[in-house]
Amino acid sequence: MSDKTSAANSANDNKWIGQRTIRPDGADKVTGRAAYAADTTMPGMIWGKVLRSPHPHARIKSINTKKAEAYPGVKAVITAKDIVEFPLDKSVMLGIQDMRWMCRNVMAREKALFAGHPVAAVAATSEKIAAEACQLIEVDYEVLPFVIDVEEAMKPGAPVLHDFIKHEGKPSNIAGRLEHKLGDVDAGFAKADVVIERTFRTAPVHQGYIEPHACLVSVSDGKATIWSSSQGQFMVRAMCAYLTGIPQNDIRAIPAEIGGGFGGKTIIYLEPLALVLAKKTGRPVKMVMTRTEVFHASGPTSGSFSRIKMGATKDGKLVAASGTFCLQAGALPGSPIRGAAGCAFAPYDIPNVFSEGFDVVSNRSKVAAYRAPGAPIGCYGTECVMDEIAEALKMDPLEFRLKNAAKMGIKAAHGPVYPRIGFVETIEQAKTHAHYAAPLPKAANGKLYGRGVASGFWFNAGGESSAQVNVNEDGTVVVITGHPDIGGSRASTANITAEVLGIDYRKVSVLIGDTSTIGFSNLTGGSRVTYASAMVVTQSTEHVITILRERAAKIWKIDPDAVIWENGEARPAGDNAGKFEPLSLAQIAAQASATGGPIGAGKQLNTTGAEGGFATHLCDVEVDQDLGIVRVLRYTSFQDVGRAIHPSYVEGQMQGGAAQGIGWALSEEYIFNKDGKLDNPSFLDYRMPVCSDLPMLDSVIIEVPNPKHPQGVRGVGEVPLVPPLAAVSNAVYNALGRRFYALPMSPPRVLAVMDMKQAAE
Amino acid sequence: MAKIHVSTTVNGEPQEFLCDAEQSMLDVLRGPLGLTGSKEGCGSGDCGACTITVNGRIVCSCLMLAAEAEGQKIGTIEGMADGETLHPLQQKFLEHAALQCGICTPGVLMAAKALLERNPDPSEHDVRFWLAGNLCRCTGYDKIIRAVMETAADMRGAAR
Repeated sequence: MSDKTSAANSANDNKWIGQRTIRPDGADKVTGRAAYAADTTMPGMIWGKVLRSPHPHARIKSINTKKAEAYPGVKAVITAKDIVEFPLDKSVMLGIQDMRWMCRNVMAREKALFAGHPVAAVAATSEKIAAEACQLIEVDYEVLPFVIDVEEAMKPGAPVLHDFIKHEGKPSNIAGRLEHKLGDVDAGFAKADVVIERTFRTAPVHQGYIEPHACLVSVSDGKATIWSSSQGQFMVRAMCAYLTGIPQNDIRAIPAEIGGGFGGKTIIYLEPLALVLAKKTGRPVKMVMTRTEVFHASGPTSGSFSRIKMGATKDGKLVAASGTFCLQAGALPGSPIRGAAGCAFAPYDIPNVFSEGFDVVSNRSKVAAYRAPGAPIGCYGTECVMDEIAEALKMDPLEFRLKNAAKMGIKAAHGPVYPRIGFVETIEQAKTHAHYAAPLPKAANGKLYGRGVASGFWFNAGGESSAQVNVNEDGTVVVITGHPDIGGSRASTANITAEVLGIDYRKVSVLIGDTSTIGFSNLTGGSRVTYASAMVVTQSTEHVITILRERAAKIWKIDPDAVIWENGEARPAGDNAGKFEPLSLAQIAAQASATGGPIGAGKQLNTTGAEGGFATHLCDVEVDQDLGIVRVLRYTSFQDVGRAIHPSYVEGQMQGGAAQGIGWALSEEYIFNKDGKLDNPSFLDYRMPVCSDLPMLDSVIIEVPNPKHPQGVRGVGEVPLVPPLAAVSNAVYNALGRRFYALPMSPPRVLAVMDMKQAAE
Repeated sequence: MAKIHVSTTVNGEPQEFLCDAEQSMLDVLRGPLGLTGSKEGCGSGDCGACTITVNGRIVCSCLMLAAEAEGQKIGTIEGMADGETLHPLQQKFLEHAALQCGICTPGVLMAAKALLERNPDPSEHDVRFWLAGNLCRCTGYDKIIRAVMETAADMRGAAR
């Protein structure tokens, strides 16, 4: 087995923070007992199914549902008429989502905008009957010309999706633009000795969560209960309220266990349809997407076209950079241009930067967030150009990065002046790691070997979180937070509570509350959950400690200020306070009713100060010249996480992100046929890495504590997906001596480049 | 069409059910039998989340007709632990954090158990190819492989 170097940099004397505890929800998840959304049933439950447009772009002239409604077993049929319409001229935002687009995404209104766009939904006594009834719905389409590719969609004369979107005064598919500026790029490039300018393309890739979207909705006496798989029950409630007109107090959204999201479950698809169907029929309605539907109609991330230009002096100092990032939004606006344009140059100290992003609509499903949204696309181009400049300057690529690495006090083009960050440490550790010194195999038997490096950045995120910490009568503790646990966050919450309170981890239970049992908590996403929930759980627990000290003071009849809390016990602050035996949490809890009643506290915060996260990755590849197959042989990630509350789940994020990035680089892509329909909507044809494709994924946790967080946390989950696209690309270049400027580097593309190489030779 | 009557054994217990001719084993497990531990990730045999054993062989239950269970011995994730005592693989998966969201975990565990029953001393290569039919999107497989190999080593040690 390969070496294990994780947590090498951890230095703390904590008892629970940094421990690899067993997750509280673990046993349920290894025994099959954990209830995911599709596992939920109710008495009298019926099934909903969606009819989807076969056309990538078509005006909906009429929909006749009569035959479907008459079909035995059918209970209700709905169309866009049953969803609240938000007029096109007025934006209604919920987080980053505009209800104008959401109401048109969950159900096609004026037009079907992609193959797979819902046009109607049926509720029936069985899933089979519902699906059959969908085929009886008659939709009269006026088929329109379509455009899917982002470059094509930007060209003059391209079919325009939305007349109301105007760019430079004319109807256009360019729905938005943003830019970041720092210094004077022209003056900067004039000082450069080496300037490299390249264009890059990436294919749309899907988040690839194994659990399809699913929900169960019951409406009784006008009050709705929603069980669904999402990255945020409060988002589900708010969007369903908007799209159905039911007030939020009449909707209870219960987070089911979630089978992966990676950003793709930060919006809703089925929930408002099931809610309207349940309201119409008076029966609980269950809806589950098939895998094909997930691929057709839930959000992959953007395909992209970027142009990057970077310049450096001959001593290896970057002097200017500019980038244009064109991202495919899909049917409705909202591609992650902020992530692409904002993160692309963020790792470096570059005095002159111009970075712009274009949000471009086209006839595929609406983009959804995907792990560090936009950042992998931005950093892919930058990190490949960095590699080329280093080569032109005859500098080691890590040395070149180190020389230009952003550090405290540097102003980033996207806005902030960096506080203490740990980017330099990721490069330094990569440079001295055994992986970087290990010799590559010699080319043999038609196989070539190469090594690549790349770095990456993500903003990280704070935002709203709520927690409640209750002390039970026996001194054990229940913590409730409002974030779906997507990858072990209950374990980190328990670690934090146990640490702050000074009690055994196993005495802490962690529950995820629903929208009626815990205060508002924003999405599980953006690498914010451990950051924000650690803050709010810490403050709640500290408040509980204040109460415990007051209770001990009452029992001892002394001043609360004369009581300290230490190792899970109340003690007199000193000899002056009096001589008392310490009171344990259990002893105080047992006397709670006599000393003032139940003990518990909750906090609700809008957290700030989640500082940026950085990583550097090393990748070794083998390229089979005859088959065009690229295999990753060795992979090591170095990431500054601030503080690893639970190192195993931190490593898990680093490894999982690396694997997704390797898939993005080598094998994953949406392939559309000439009719504008996705040609590979299955796990067989949409090729995500399987076990036998990958090596061990070594992860080196670096802890440069975030000074703005009680435990030093920065956030973990997003950054790991940022460097791999370029790390793999640079390794393939190192092996082949020929560079790819488009992803994925799938076997047919590799063979094409090999042919070109041979022709050139 | 009339339903088909099936007599089978599930996790060692006799079981009878009625199913439609075209109904999959996964549908019957998750529906009438209430065994929702087997998950449907694709319905086309590509993800392995619905992995069960039929007479000890691993099968994607979404590709098996329920009627085919007649007279067979079916094993599901619900039968893996012995009451409150977890199977060594289940315990090791928890210790190694070899799951994040957990949706692929039942299928991975069923497949891994079948591997160790056949090959108590698998190489990393053996484990990777045996589990190549079980997609996991969260972990990058690293901790899964380590957990399976370490369980195998522990079980060999215990058997000595």
